[in-house]
Amino acid sequence: MSLLALARSSPAVRAGLSIAVATGAYGISFGALAVTAGLTVWQTCALSLLMFTGGSQFAFVGVIAAGGSPASAFGAATLLGIRNGVYGMQVSALARPRGWRRPLAALLTIDESTATMLAQHDPAERRRGFWTAGLGVYLGWNAMTAVGALAGNAFGDPKALGLDGAAVAAFVALLWPRLTGREPWAIAVVCALVTTIAVPLVPSGVPILIAAVVAGLFGLLGPAPAAGATRSVDEAAR
Amino acid sequence: MSLWWWILGACGAAYAIKLSGFAVPAWILEHPRVARIAACMTVGLLASLVVVNTVADGQRLALDARLLALAAAVVALMLRAPFIVVVLVGAVAAAVGRLVGLA
Repeated sequence: MSLLALARSSPAVRAGLSIAVATGAYGISFGALAVTAGLTVWQTCALSLLMFTGGSQFAFVGVIAAGGSPASAFGAATLLGIRNGVYGMQVSALARPRGWRRPLAALLTIDESTATMLAQHDPAERRRGFWTAGLGVYLGWNAMTAVGALAGNAFGDPKALGLDGAAVAAFVALLWPRLTGREPWAIAVVCALVTTIAVPLVPSGVPILIAAVVAGLFGLLGPAPAAGATRSVDEAAR
Repeated sequence: MSLWWWILGACGAAYAIKLSGFAVPAWILEHPRVARIAACMTVGLLASLVVVNTVADGQRLALDARLLALAAAVVALMLRAPFIVVVLVGAVAAAVGRLVGLA
């Protein structure tokens, strides 16, 4: 089946493609910010090709840009990437990649591919969603990273194009479908407050992890995990 | 040169973390408490990412055109706009905000 026909028949493929386009667009922003921070074009492209997790990449470059040491950049990027371990578990359980596809699926395990997969109910659609978003974002993100790194400030300040606004919108759009009840709203509001308070107090990258721990405590100490109790948050993720 | 080693090390660590999730047996994930913690963390992480991307400027809090992008994106989501439209609305809102003089 051609990609066009697939896109017509599969909601997961459509979602994956639009996420790929949107996320790819702010790869330009990453590329430009990385060379502005002092990385070479090759170092910038290596981060997108091999690390391939936007939040960690921005954290790495952000620490360098702020005059931080490469070791603290490593620390911030790695801490921020821990959530991908959680995603890896979900991808392994729901998309069930086999053989040589497993190590490739691991590389493609990021916010967008996991979220697209979780939004589907049918197992085949989950797989299509994961692979379309994963491969699509990988191609778009890397191509646009190279464009941003090479063109650098030729596009002008990426902020003038509103690309930082695009990032804000993308994350709120990924969060939105999960806010389907009182509990996810409570977790989101508390974690947003905790993050705001933590930003001036700890190195960049760490506020997100503090929020993750707080959210984890909600899960650990909250209502007993009876089948019904897990539904509010869990359902929202599906 | 030493920056290269830190970059490659960070890439290796990122990949190892992703791969480690694949090594967890499925039955652990199906445990209701673990599934609940994972779902709660996903919501918390995304909320935190929204805040960091909206108001953090390194270690400083900054109120600027990104707040406008957040508001516009929420309105677009309430109107059930598709993902790509929400992202474009966010970009346009931030760009217009800067054009009229917001930081």
